[in-house]
Amino acid sequence: MESNCGNCAALKVQEETLKILENYPREKDKLVAILNDVQERFGYVPQQAQEEISKYLNVPMAEIYGVITFYSRFTLKPKGKYNISVCMGTACFVKGSQAILDRVKDRLKIEKAGDVTADGKFSYDDVRCVGACGLAPVFMINDEVYGNATVKMLDEAIDKYSKESEE
Amino acid sequence: MVNLIIDGKNVSVEEGTTVLAAAQKYGIDIPTLCFLKDINEVGDCRMCVVEIEGRRGFAASCIEKVQEGMIVKTHTPEVLEARKMMLDLILSNHHKDCLTCIRDGNCELQNLAKKFGIKKINYEGSMNEHEIDDKSPSIVRDFNKCVLCRRCAATCKNVQDIGAISSAGRGFESCISTAYNCSLNDVDCTLCGQCIESCPTGALHEKENIDDVWKALNDEDKYVVVQTAPAVRVALGEEFGMEIGTNVAGKMVTALKEIGFDKVFDTNTGADLTIMEEANEFIERLQNGGALPMITSCSPGWVRFAEKNYPENLPHLSSCKSPHQMFGAIVKSYYAEKFNIPREKICMVSIMPCIAKKYESSREEMEVDGVRDVDYVLTTRELARMIKQANIDFASLADDKFDDPMGEASGAGAIFGTTGGVMEAAIRTAVDTLEGKSIDKIAYTEVRGEKQIKEATLNVAGTEVKIAVASGLANARKIMEQIKNGTCPYHFVEIMACPGGCVMGGGQPIKSSKIRATVDVAGLRKAAIYSIDEKSTIRKSHENPVMTKLYEEFLEKPGSHVAHKYLHTSYSAKPKYELGK
Amino acid sequence: MKTIEEINQIREAKRKELDLRVNTGLDSREKHILVCRGTGCTSSKSPKIIEELRRIIEEKNIPNVRVIQTGCFGLCSKGPIVIVRPEETFYSHVKVEDCEAIVDAVANGTKVDRLLAKDIDGSVVERLNDLTFYKKQKRIALQNCGVIDPEEIDEYIAFDGYKALSKVLTEMTPDSVIEEISNSGLRGRGGAGFPMGKKWAFVKMAQGDQKYVVCNADEGDPGAFMDRSILEGDPHCILEAMTIAGFSVGANQGYIYVRAEYPIAVQRLKIAINQAREYGLLGENILGTDFSFDIDIRLGAGAFVCGEETALLESIEGKRGQPRIKPPYPANVGLYGKPTLINNVETYANVTKIILNGAEWYASIGTETSKGTKVFALGGNVVNVGLVEVPMGTTLREIVFDIGGGIPNGRQFKAAQTGGPSGGCIPAEHLDTPIDYESLAKIGSMMGSGGLIVMDDSKCMVDIAKFYLDFTVSESCGKCTPCRIGTKRMHEILTKICEGNGTIEDVEKLDVLANGIKKTAICGLGQSAPNPVLSTLKYFRDEYVEHVSEQKCRAGSCKALANIVIDPEKCKGCGLCKRNCPVNAITGEIKQPHVIDQSICIKCGTCVDKCPFKAISK
Repeated sequence: MESNCGNCAALKVQEETLKILENYPREKDKLVAILNDVQERFGYVPQQAQEEISKYLNVPMAEIYGVITFYSRFTLKPKGKYNISVCMGTACFVKGSQAILDRVKDRLKIEKAGDVTADGKFSYDDVRCVGACGLAPVFMINDEVYGNATVKMLDEAIDKYSKESEE
Repeated sequence: MVNLIIDGKNVSVEEGTTVLAAAQKYGIDIPTLCFLKDINEVGDCRMCVVEIEGRRGFAASCIEKVQEGMIVKTHTPEVLEARKMMLDLILSNHHKDCLTCIRDGNCELQNLAKKFGIKKINYEGSMNEHEIDDKSPSIVRDFNKCVLCRRCAATCKNVQDIGAISSAGRGFESCISTAYNCSLNDVDCTLCGQCIESCPTGALHEKENIDDVWKALNDEDKYVVVQTAPAVRVALGEEFGMEIGTNVAGKMVTALKEIGFDKVFDTNTGADLTIMEEANEFIERLQNGGALPMITSCSPGWVRFAEKNYPENLPHLSSCKSPHQMFGAIVKSYYAEKFNIPREKICMVSIMPCIAKKYESSREEMEVDGVRDVDYVLTTRELARMIKQANIDFASLADDKFDDPMGEASGAGAIFGTTGGVMEAAIRTAVDTLEGKSIDKIAYTEVRGEKQIKEATLNVAGTEVKIAVASGLANARKIMEQIKNGTCPYHFVEIMACPGGCVMGGGQPIKSSKIRATVDVAGLRKAAIYSIDEKSTIRKSHENPVMTKLYEEFLEKPGSHVAHKYLHTSYSAKPKYELGK
Repeated sequence: MKTIEEINQIREAKRKELDLRVNTGLDSREKHILVCRGTGCTSSKSPKIIEELRRIIEEKNIPNVRVIQTGCFGLCSKGPIVIVRPEETFYSHVKVEDCEAIVDAVANGTKVDRLLAKDIDGSVVERLNDLTFYKKQKRIALQNCGVIDPEEIDEYIAFDGYKALSKVLTEMTPDSVIEEISNSGLRGRGGAGFPMGKKWAFVKMAQGDQKYVVCNADEGDPGAFMDRSILEGDPHCILEAMTIAGFSVGANQGYIYVRAEYPIAVQRLKIAINQAREYGLLGENILGTDFSFDIDIRLGAGAFVCGEETALLESIEGKRGQPRIKPPYPANVGLYGKPTLINNVETYANVTKIILNGAEWYASIGTETSKGTKVFALGGNVVNVGLVEVPMGTTLREIVFDIGGGIPNGRQFKAAQTGGPSGGCIPAEHLDTPIDYESLAKIGSMMGSGGLIVMDDSKCMVDIAKFYLDFTVSESCGKCTPCRIGTKRMHEILTKICEGNGTIEDVEKLDVLANGIKKTAICGLGQSAPNPVLSTLKYFRDEYVEHVSEQKCRAGSCKALANIVIDPEKCKGCGLCKRNCPVNAITGEIKQPHVIDQSICIKCGTCVDKCPFKAISK
């Protein structure tokens, strides 16, 4: 059963990727633009999508992999249900974002940005600048911005979401 | 001409020349690492930095074009210090197990370290750790030895137009990677081994089978037969300090006998056999409307390329096995029977200029009645190592001859070792067959030389036959696209995976970037091959008495049922990527 | 498709309508409530405020009041900001719940006193321009930000929008435009300040059937948001300037390379491009002339190095954004190998103003070698965090203390960092340095794109250097040896020092390595990566030495060297520290001195900040 579902998912990725590709001419210089669309659509760049892009643009898979791993916006794995982005821009750093980042790692027990907790609920990124320097330090959970952030605020938010998803 | 001053010398070179080339021309040596002429000119490693008057920082001489009035200094204390720092940094992220490294003694990084007198690493720090990929039968990728010069990726992409490996990641984590960092075995890599030839260190090398062969030699139950490909004899000497292009066939045979092989045969004889079959197959196709153009199939990297990329074109490939596979099949059948040796006791070892041959011999099609055609393939480099391990003083060996009865070969078989050779050999036989008489023309110079795709139109027995020769997979792709589009004008095409053919195969002695930039390695090795042909008394495969006898006693006639059983094979579409494996 | 006539008509009509936006105190029945929709205010819920204001106005059926979204007002730390025009009433920290009071006040001609912004000295300020923050500023690049609705092309046209383009297309030649730019003294705002007139002339002279104009909007310095604010607040001024550039250098295609992480800017650019195309201000035969030019957006995908012009070109071409070797320069061999003009957003933002007001006017602003103004993203330990635009030559002291309002929490100024990861830390002794390209370079920093981060005495300069190197290491493209491995080694040495394991040899090694990288790296990024280390080594070497010889971090921010202790003499036992400690490391009875368990303490410093009696110190 499970493998069937896997196939279904793969087919869906393939279908959706082909739809994205329809908007682009078969020109190699569209690679980054296409990957942006795919990342936007799936929250990561699935392998099947890469295979389709490779065929469509006639670009080797290794090259696509090289481009994906070059740009930090592109990810090879889906993010957690709640993705915590800690702003590590200078303004935030100067106002103590390192403590928040350390706390995220500590709470989620994940070491590397982009990794996901075992239950798939949380993941985190250290991002460069979310553009809210006036509110520094800042972290975000998905699209919600937490300004003038403290470790306590983070704790409360994590508590809230971990409870919520337990229900 | 552009005039400039390098290290106080007045230098005059053509416009567009790099500072490195200009300096080289005037005898000024600048060390390089990432530079590989025409293939990887990127200025990444910063080993070749020089000072240019008026510039803020240093410039990489390998890509810096000369300018009128430029004043260049190539070895000021600051420049030397900077180079030493670069080297120090590279070494700080390099597995320095030189003594046990396959490239010990022939490593560009090691040579630089020696040259700069590096005694201790100043900037020691964390190192990237990577798993070694040795899944494929041909190639090992040990990224821990990579210096990120990108010569391999550039070769794969720019020369072969494959792109199986590419730069991935960013910053300190940058690496050369396949898609998802899978094994080369499971991606679009053709196992041609040109990346190995480009690698300055031990990050890429053939999968060694030396120990397997030693084991077989020490096994009293085994009857170990060795055969050597045409291109091996014109390159092996280089591993013992001889001039590029020295034919060491005689010494090689002596060495192999000293090592203890029971029989030493010549793959050139196998090549003659290939021609018998291939010429026949071509005539069949030409006369009976088979798939044309017919394309040669003796280059396994090329075959793997076709199977992965152009499954729809596979009917165009000749069904002939490659010479060493044919020869293996014959040794384990005809020869075994004739000399009453149980075929399962025979261990067939092929010395090849190629790493894809290791893969080829492992293909499941390559056996007859459950008996493998070839048991082990060693590269030219591995053979040199074996000779060294056996403590043989190669240079002082006397010449010996290949063993009978399979030792005689024609000049046509010899030229298999270079691009155009298979075509020329096949044409010599096909023309005679079609004309029904022996034609005087021997050398078909139209298919010799350096052109990327060489083509010629021959008038044979009143029919126009269009032939083409391509080497390097980028050119193979061009031909395949033509076939796909229905615009391919040829009847017969020779394709070799490696540019220049087998003399420049992925198993041949590795030449440093500097030698490749200054010496025509391919030309010298090829000249040696053609000279063997010229000196041969028999220059057409079908005139080789071994062939006559073989067909009389065993194979009946080219294309016969028996011939098909032992000498022909089949191809099938292969997935380009198997990333999940 | 509009003619110049028609555009002029739109301008005239709209300008009258919008007079209240710039004419403070104008007697007007109409009121405009302007709400900042820049990224800062948007993330503190300004879209909801707009929605709520509109809802209440409709509900209460109040005539003549419009709610307008605008770009950034600059004073981000007071966001969300709402301004009522023509009175220019400045409301700060507005919440959704405050909307009703604001609407009522507008309707009644009164003000909501409790929401009025306070100045540095604590006095209540009624009007935007009365704030000290704005007094020393001169807005050229940011002229329209916070004034117009960036999603309305007519509003842009009202304030002289597309007038420069009309002038260029009808009255000027490519050469005369370039001469004007040249005479203005405008220099590139992104890096080392290359003279624009020269750059444009190079591209014009370059041989090629096809040329390109590119806008570098890949602002990547952590803590810099000038370009984003311009794109969000005034996107058309960039389109207009690029079109003028296209006319001047002979290009008919432009690209804006903008970070995908700037969704608002991207959205506004898309809207602006569509509007401009509709009006015939982009596309074939612009304004009925025979000049054609179009602009497309290319999204970056999170690589700082793509701010380097050649890496940016690689990225537009769909590749890994690795810098190319220069020469050849993009002016000759650029995008797709064609001659290409690349400028950043702020540079373009000055162009239309130069064309309209003349080179002489522009050249009268600034210093001898650095003309015009510079926008800075002022951040860090400073009272007024936000966007400021000052004439070149303004001193650092004026920016930090007059405009920025000085250092909060009674702390001391320690350093200002300009130029982001490529720049340097400027100590107090150089506070009176006038800000221009040459002066900043002389003191070991650079103009860069305009991030200006203020640091107080609680910051450890070794740690700050490490922070920047951390950034460089993760953003290095990995192409050349010195940047790929060298910066990593520098970061490792800095980490070693911060963890108390450094030696004096390490400090020296750092110096040698930094200078080596500077001379050997391929691109500007790698060459300037050691700057934060070199500048801190230059001005704060004693701190490095303290770290390695005394195992001491005077700022107390290097955790391994820090020990947070409670002074039992000063502790009143209020328990505030205990309650705020995230790891429960503090114990103690009420009204008794508390103690910190060092084995649990994570040295976050929360207790230090919370203690009302200053009993806790690092």
